[in-house]
Amino acid sequence: MDIIFSEEELAFQQDVRTFLKEKYTDDIRKKQDSGIPLSRDDMIRWQKILYEQGWAAVNWPVENGGTGWTPIQQYIFDNEIGAANAPEFLPFGVKMIGPIIYMFGNDEQKQRFLPDILSSDVWWCQGYSEPGSGSDLASLKTKAEKQADHYLVNGTKTWTTIAQHADWIFCLVRTSSDVARRQEGISFLLIDMHTPGVSVKPIITIDGVQEINEVHFENVKVPLENLVGEEGKGWTYGKVLLQHERTNMATVPRSKYRLNRLKEQAGQSVHGGVPCLDDPDFARKLAAAEIELKALEYTELRTLAAVAIGKAPGPESSILKIKGTMVQQMLDELLLDAAGYYALPYVPEQYDLEFPNSERIGHGAETKSSLKYFNNRKASIYGGSNEIQKNVVAKHVLGL
Amino acid sequence: MDFSLSEEQSMLADSIARFIDNDYDFEKRQEIAESEKGYSPELWQTYAELGWTAVPFAEDDGGLGGGPIELMLMMEQFGRGLIVEPFLATIVLAGGVLRRTASAEQKEQWLSGIIEGNIQAALAFSEPQGRFEIADIATSAKADGDKYVLNGQKNLVLNGGNDDLLIIPARTSGSQSDENGISLFAVAADSTGIERKCYATVDAHHAADITLKDVHVDAAAVLGEVGQGFATLQAVIDEATFAVCAEAVGIMQSMHDKTVEYSKNRVQFGVPIGTFQALQHRMVDTLMACEQTNSLLLWTAMVKTAGDPDARKAISALKYQIGTAGRNVAQEAVQIHGAMGVTWEMDIAHYFKRFTAIELLFGNADFHLNRYIELS
Repeated sequence: MDIIFSEEELAFQQDVRTFLKEKYTDDIRKKQDSGIPLSRDDMIRWQKILYEQGWAAVNWPVENGGTGWTPIQQYIFDNEIGAANAPEFLPFGVKMIGPIIYMFGNDEQKQRFLPDILSSDVWWCQGYSEPGSGSDLASLKTKAEKQADHYLVNGTKTWTTIAQHADWIFCLVRTSSDVARRQEGISFLLIDMHTPGVSVKPIITIDGVQEINEVHFENVKVPLENLVGEEGKGWTYGKVLLQHERTNMATVPRSKYRLNRLKEQAGQSVHGGVPCLDDPDFARKLAAAEIELKALEYTELRTLAAVAIGKAPGPESSILKIKGTMVQQMLDELLLDAAGYYALPYVPEQYDLEFPNSERIGHGAETKSSLKYFNNRKASIYGGSNEIQKNVVAKHVLGL
Repeated sequence: MDFSLSEEQSMLADSIARFIDNDYDFEKRQEIAESEKGYSPELWQTYAELGWTAVPFAEDDGGLGGGPIELMLMMEQFGRGLIVEPFLATIVLAGGVLRRTASAEQKEQWLSGIIEGNIQAALAFSEPQGRFEIADIATSAKADGDKYVLNGQKNLVLNGGNDDLLIIPARTSGSQSDENGISLFAVAADSTGIERKCYATVDAHHAADITLKDVHVDAAAVLGEVGQGFATLQAVIDEATFAVCAEAVGIMQSMHDKTVEYSKNRVQFGVPIGTFQALQHRMVDTLMACEQTNSLLLWTAMVKTAGDPDARKAISALKYQIGTAGRNVAQEAVQIHGAMGVTWEMDIAHYFKRFTAIELLFGNADFHLNRYIELS
């Protein structure tokens, strides 16, 4: 066992730092550091910069256009991105549908979809949940009826993150009701969002933002070749995807960055007041969060090390999801507590770089702490609520 | 960066695991714990023959040159087996002082015998008024010609009833909480003026409260520099803290595993209680606590091995985790065992008691969270 990075690893770390110094564009950096949401164009520009560097798909094998990095390289890369507070790659393409296509798709699908995912020329979103199917995902009703040369899709998907920008959606749909287990009638379908009959209706979240949507399908004709893998096996593929998704939810580097920001902020006096960190109760809560985060970092590293020797991320990834979101929410609360009264003003228009400084209310970043706190209650709900994750772990890890 | 064990490290962990599985089941452990000495001198000889008592010592001193990783692996297994032999007291605490400070003569006198399994030893790291502060030392050592005269009181001296060696930190200068002015004395257990009250502790280990009344020791009994003992004391207590945390991780994992197993077999309302979601989620919580604690343990072992200045901070983080997340694992294990969990006959109860003793040893969760903040 050794905690020290090898010379190669250190050199790689330096490469990533140099890249970020040279290529992380100022306008995006400013928005990120002020907590201003990125536009579709911002996100795509940044992803294309990574793509041109060959770093779009850090988790993919080389033969599919991935980096083929070791887990430690991935860890170093994620940490540097986190430390610079650079945007993360949107997960729906490279982290989610990409692996499904190269694991379960046919050659035609690989050639057709993977290059555009890598280059961010196609924006994907995820169609799993439905108005009647949240935690009980297998009860989903969106129907895909097989016709001569297409599936006829009818139904509604919901909580679809940034579907308003998406070109394509990957969906779990019901292709058969005549099955012993509900899970067996589910298939995995790729649908072009521009197909007639697809419509997107915004859902405004608790923080006043359009982040999620309802996606309606009304007699949408989807070519048969858009089916991934075998008909009726969609549940199996979806589960693999969820495990990848959950591993992704530990978000340790982002939490490290936020913790450092919090320490900085809480250590400073505001208008001559006593710094938050001088309050022993606050200092103890902060220290406890830091310890939990350190533990999580090593739990994730251990998981990466296991993946490196050929183990797929199994149900243990649920642990990363639960703990990762718990840590995020601990930090949300501490940032809210640290902001105090400055958390209360609700002036959304000032979260724009063009907004005149003289008109700003409170401390910009601190007034966002409440909105982040409200919004991020989602973290323990999405991707399978933390209670569902516990059911998964109880069944598949503990054998209960 | 690398999480894998070397071949030697795997073999060490495997050999202790095999010993516990084959020769140290719960029944045997209870029999040993209830014996007159409270541990098995015969098995202690076995430990020495297998080389376990030599692991942390330098090869030049007749040891095996093991580091934090080896110590961690051993203690985890000792926790799993709930062993009562005084490894912590003799090897980690007293041995830890000796290997850092002893002169060639002192090593000859004490250390060789410890490694061979012939000498038992103790480090008196606590005084009645000191709570968890190891610098709080009122025991005095006054120079008297070429001797020192020791007066004072020590409490909870682990393995303090042994026949051989007591290492006594005493003040040669400075005021009661000063880090400067602490000297470490190797005192023969049968020295005149030592009064001992020996007792069992709740975890079936043994300790003594010791009163020193005009105990005369030679200047040659000083370990290391006069007045400079604090750094050694601190390093040894840090290492012992790390060691008991590793033991606690072994205990937590055992308690968690046994609880899951129990819940699969215990039938109530016509079904195994492990089918109840209220219990399932709690066992997932304890699984996560075990994983997170194990992660901190590995991190600490790695920074300690690397000689990182953050190692002390890591130890405090780990001890805090043991006292919070770990305590929850231990309590839930008892709870899910129901009334059986609070009976003397169940191993769970004895794991719980040893775990609780570890929680308090060398500072509880509050103490270490504060130390973590101070070191930040």
